[in-house]
Amino acid sequence: MTGNGDVVLRADGLTRDYEVSRGAFHKPAFLKAVAGASFTLSRGRTLAVVGESGCGKSTLARMVTMIEPPSSGRLEIAGLDVASADAGARRTLRTKVQIVFQNPYGSLNPRQRIGAALEEPLLVNTRLPGRERRERAQAMMEQVGLRPEHYDRYPHMFSGGQRQRIAIARALMLDPEILVLDEPVSALDVSIQAQVLNILVDLQETLGLAYMFISHDLSVVRHIADELMVMYLGRPVEQGPREEIFSEPRHPYTQALLSATPVAEPGHSRQRIVLRGELPSPIDPPPGCAFHPRCPLAFDRCRVERPELEPARGVHAACHAVEEALAAGRPIPKATGAAAEAD
Amino acid sequence: MALLEIENLTVDFETAMGRLRAVDGVSLTVDEGEILGIVGESGSGKSVSMLAAMGLLPWTATVTADRLAFAGRDLLTMSARDRRQIVGRDIAMIFQEPMTSLNPCFTVGFQLTEALKAHTGLKRAERRDRAVELLQLVGIPKPEGRLSSFPHQLSGGMNQRVMIAMAISCNPKLLIADEPTTALDVTIQAQILELLVRLQRETGMAMVLITHDMGVVAETAERVNVQYAGQKVEEQTVEGLFADPHHPYTAALLAALPERAHARHLPSIPGVVPGLIDRPRGCLFSPRCRFATAHCRDVAPVEAAAAMGRALCHYPLKNGEPQGHPGPVPAGEATA
Repeated sequence: MTGNGDVVLRADGLTRDYEVSRGAFHKPAFLKAVAGASFTLSRGRTLAVVGESGCGKSTLARMVTMIEPPSSGRLEIAGLDVASADAGARRTLRTKVQIVFQNPYGSLNPRQRIGAALEEPLLVNTRLPGRERRERAQAMMEQVGLRPEHYDRYPHMFSGGQRQRIAIARALMLDPEILVLDEPVSALDVSIQAQVLNILVDLQETLGLAYMFISHDLSVVRHIADELMVMYLGRPVEQGPREEIFSEPRHPYTQALLSATPVAEPGHSRQRIVLRGELPSPIDPPPGCAFHPRCPLAFDRCRVERPELEPARGVHAACHAVEEALAAGRPIPKATGAAAEAD
Repeated sequence: MALLEIENLTVDFETAMGRLRAVDGVSLTVDEGEILGIVGESGSGKSVSMLAAMGLLPWTATVTADRLAFAGRDLLTMSARDRRQIVGRDIAMIFQEPMTSLNPCFTVGFQLTEALKAHTGLKRAERRDRAVELLQLVGIPKPEGRLSSFPHQLSGGMNQRVMIAMAISCNPKLLIADEPTTALDVTIQAQILELLVRLQRETGMAMVLITHDMGVVAETAERVNVQYAGQKVEEQTVEGLFADPHHPYTAALLAALPERAHARHLPSIPGVVPGLIDRPRGCLFSPRCRFATAHCRDVAPVEAAAAMGRALCHYPLKNGEPQGHPGPVPAGEATA
């Protein structure tokens, strides 16, 4: 039995490229969906991966759950290197990492009763007899707040919040150590979202699960995460403890993201950084720092040299402006003021 | 004078399972030049009430109202032909999904000039100039080139800008924005909200902002209506609503926001929004309300005074305390 805070997954420089065909007369292009992500997941802790669409957070989830192999980099689960493990070891590793998807309407088979859906992981991965499978499924249903009579019902008879509970229950059937949550509450209404978040918090406490929580909603992330990884165009730009990042975001993109999130408090005064332009295409990322066309702090060095993740007072940030300010003993530069024009 | 007046609006849909009441006795007014926010969860009837006002509901819907008027003209008795003169010109609407609400078969320029063709006497070249001007206004770079683009060649944020350009093309007096930023990323959402507020200030049009996001409401709207299960349950200024919500539903909704929580456990609202079959007899919120009494479950409440936010509740809250409640009031926040 491992204690809370023990590392259960270690990722080192994970990358994932996709080949994109550009027609018969062009060479295929390479799309770098994830370009170098390193992090650890620990027992009883939550790592939140934050970023806008196209930043590579879902690709990261697919690599961590072993749905796709990384193009390069090392992924270690429970101390075992995934790439060098044999098929049998990999099968056991797969049971240790489970995933809950964003849309509970799409991730449940409409023709399968809830009981059968919950028992399927056991049927495939274990040799438990039917009676025991049923007992386990019913125990799990109780744990996520479903009633015993729901066992024989079909997914269409449930609301969105209940379906997400079912998806969580199914992910937990094999007693995983790591749960990857890919936008688990984005499709839910506020009152239901609170119910599901509470269940996740309870489950983590009782089962000591490590969560990788993928979200674009910073108010949810602030509530649930211990550690934060902010991604932009396939690369982590800032990584560190939640309170550090929320109280003083280092990277200008994190600053913009935080300031762009609407706050449910009228008259809340703050300077909103409205970024110009949109996310560039990952097939043809800008040279140097990928964020420089939208960054209000960008200077010449940013256009040619890509910044690496460097320690920046308790967190890691990939930004030349932050790095130079800290080296010169100046405060973290604020990304306010006129943003650079893009396009 | 109020620009849009709706009194006791009710919308029923004929479905295979029976009559579904989507909007239940909603009254609201929108004044010239103001931003009214309508908040509610899915199924609260916030979109349907606005679609009813515009006359855009399908034939399966039965719309009844004591009064439905725009700029003093009665929309209920008006002929369809007259209504079409108003809808699209004086009242315009932006929808949630920019990708699906633009026609993929036509260019941006064609779709933009279509409304101008129907509602203004502009000539072809003038319409084109106006379209370029509109695209510039909503912040689309190189607008001349964009006129011949198809929607799939633009990003979600750009498409939403095109939708906005289309909506404001005839200088509407009222713009209804139905979840204009829900499908967009946070930084793009900030751009679009800023654009909408800027346009509203510059043109002085009134705006109805339909959303489920309390943060968007707090930052954008001046006055807020809260809807629940087809009913308007509260109406307040935005400051008042967030400082002292009078309806237990509003209070519970605000408490359930992660950013307002202090504990690891969020105070959630138990249960779900009532559907077609399990619609309660008395107050619609009573099965989920922590203050509910036998009286609440039996008798439908009436609107409270304006000072109490016209809360549709027997015991409207004041500083979190239910007024006139027979007690005992359960302590603490209800959790599921």
